[in-house]
Amino acid sequence: MSGTPIIELRGVSKRFVKHLDAAARFAAKLGVNVREEIVRAVDGVDLAVRQGEVVGLVGESGCGKSTLGRIVAGILPQSEGEVRYRGKTQAERSASERARAALAIQMIFQDPYASLNPRMRVADIVGEAPLYHGLVDKAGAEAYVDETMRQVGLDPGFKRRYPHQFSGGQRQRIGIARALAVQPEFVVCDESVAALDVSIQAQILNLFIELRSRLNLTYLFISHDLGVVRHLSDRVVIMYLGRIVEEGPADALFDKPNHPYTVALLGEIPRLDTRKRVFAPVKGEIPSPLNPPTGCHFHPRCPHVMARCRIEAPALREIAAGRKSACHLNEAQ
Amino acid sequence: MTEATLRVESLQTHFFTKAGIVKAVDDVSFSVARGKILGLVGESGSGKTVTGFSIMGLVDPPGRIVGGRILFNGQDIVGLSEDRIREIRGNRIAMIFQDPMMTLNPVLKVETQMVEAIRAHADIDRLTARNRARDALGQVGIPSPEERLDAYPHQFSGGMRQRVAIAIALLNKPDLIVADEPTTALDVTIQGQILYEIQKLARETKTALIWITHDLSVVASLADEICVMYAGRIVERGSVDEVLDRPAHPYTAGLIGSVPSRNAKGTPLVQIPGVMPSLLNLPSGCAFRQRCARADDACAAAAPEPVGARRQVRCIHPLTEVA
Repeated sequence: MSGTPIIELRGVSKRFVKHLDAAARFAAKLGVNVREEIVRAVDGVDLAVRQGEVVGLVGESGCGKSTLGRIVAGILPQSEGEVRYRGKTQAERSASERARAALAIQMIFQDPYASLNPRMRVADIVGEAPLYHGLVDKAGAEAYVDETMRQVGLDPGFKRRYPHQFSGGQRQRIGIARALAVQPEFVVCDESVAALDVSIQAQILNLFIELRSRLNLTYLFISHDLGVVRHLSDRVVIMYLGRIVEEGPADALFDKPNHPYTVALLGEIPRLDTRKRVFAPVKGEIPSPLNPPTGCHFHPRCPHVMARCRIEAPALREIAAGRKSACHLNEAQ
Repeated sequence: MTEATLRVESLQTHFFTKAGIVKAVDDVSFSVARGKILGLVGESGSGKTVTGFSIMGLVDPPGRIVGGRILFNGQDIVGLSEDRIREIRGNRIAMIFQDPMMTLNPVLKVETQMVEAIRAHADIDRLTARNRARDALGQVGIPSPEERLDAYPHQFSGGMRQRVAIAIALLNKPDLIVADEPTTALDVTIQGQILYEIQKLARETKTALIWITHDLSVVASLADEICVMYAGRIVERGSVDEVLDRPAHPYTAGLIGSVPSRNAKGTPLVQIPGVMPSLLNLPSGCAFRQRCARADDACAAAAPEPVGARRQVRCIHPLTEVA
């Protein structure tokens, strides 16, 4: 528990704004009711990840989990709030420190087909970044690529090949090798096994577990698959429409979910050991983030909704040691 | 025993490509009875979708059904004329596809598409057809179906779109529905809703259902029987409890072991080494032997024949004996 968290988010928000074009601005001047459309993809998120921890970030499509992952990885700038890596924001660092900090956080993407340049050979995909950043010199680059490929279970003999010559699972390994080649401390995995077949998914998950202990990595593991998250994570964070609704140690959260959304989500997972169960689904759809419900975002679908939930958004509060939940029910008791 | 709604016997669907003959479905047999749900499970390239397409008569060249029979209500539908197939397809047998955006015509209103499907098979007027379409939408849990009939597919969310696809499949009260990964593209809570509707419909209408998926967990809570496919063949078949609790084929056991929820947290998952071989270049004997810990010389000699009657396994070294 001690020490500064490796990654700390404070009040991070991300807004995507669709600006009005000239015609719409003109119409607005004439009194037509057109407004800029704003999507609050991430809305005031606080999150700390400690060294060596695996944090699972769970939510359904449109909840902002990928956006949050990209903010952490430094691919997207946040609109508000700050991201601290080892206690400092990027703005507080010198230029050389900033580059080193950016390298320390890497990302592995969902789609192993879209995230690799089809016109580059594996040796270049894996070897380009470490060479550019001076982690290896030209003479050592080849051996370094071999070593990195071996680390993720790829035969270095294939390094002259192009991505299309590999299967889905092997491509995901290439994506992992590319991320590891710059020797990161922190890896954001965004749905990194979602596109893979079950037996291949198991191979990649095993690789994640092995690399974690071998290289002392810290993961932010983003997934919609609760089984995968439970298996891998120490701590789990549940998001719904841009906000964190619940957070806690994986086992405690899965055994005794607190937030009604978490309860519903866990209730829906089909499991191998539940047979012929009758599904009792949560009502309604995920609302559009363009026009989220007032108060608690989950209230239109919540079975325990009260008058207060429609007006006031519940704060994320500690409900037990290490566990937080954003629900008015916790105060009512 | 009553006659099964669908009985597939030794079905072989091959694709004659320039690179060689791809035996996408090779000697597949199974049956589904009224009101029962059969889970057809396999990874990509195992032939599960081609099996579904073969039943629907949707296999296009270079693919062709080269052997076996598909008995629907006792009648062999392989090699029927296109006109006869059209009478059955969409009427007595319906299909739900993985991607509802692909199955719905984006430039036609939902009403147009549904009325068309009804009137293709029944001689009724537009208004009656519209009313039936509306009732079908209501049946799958779409709120205010009357208004939604006039909407275009893009005005629905993914889950709602899949409901529309299911409603269309149900229009003519088919005897059999082939569902090909219908919930794979959906979120967990939406998947739960769709599974709930499907379960209710199978129970109420006594429709036989073939549920094609890669996800063992979905099948576990939904199906009565499971067929596990690997490289174009059914390697194991049995009731859900038999297959999941006492898997006989090493591949089935490997698949079950790969599901994270069954393993102790943080420990390595039981993994199946390697990848599925190319169907163009299958190993001799058992197609799984190169990934199998129990394989020996006997496995390379000849492809194992299915052992057992109702509960079946294609393995000469099964993990449990199958009577």
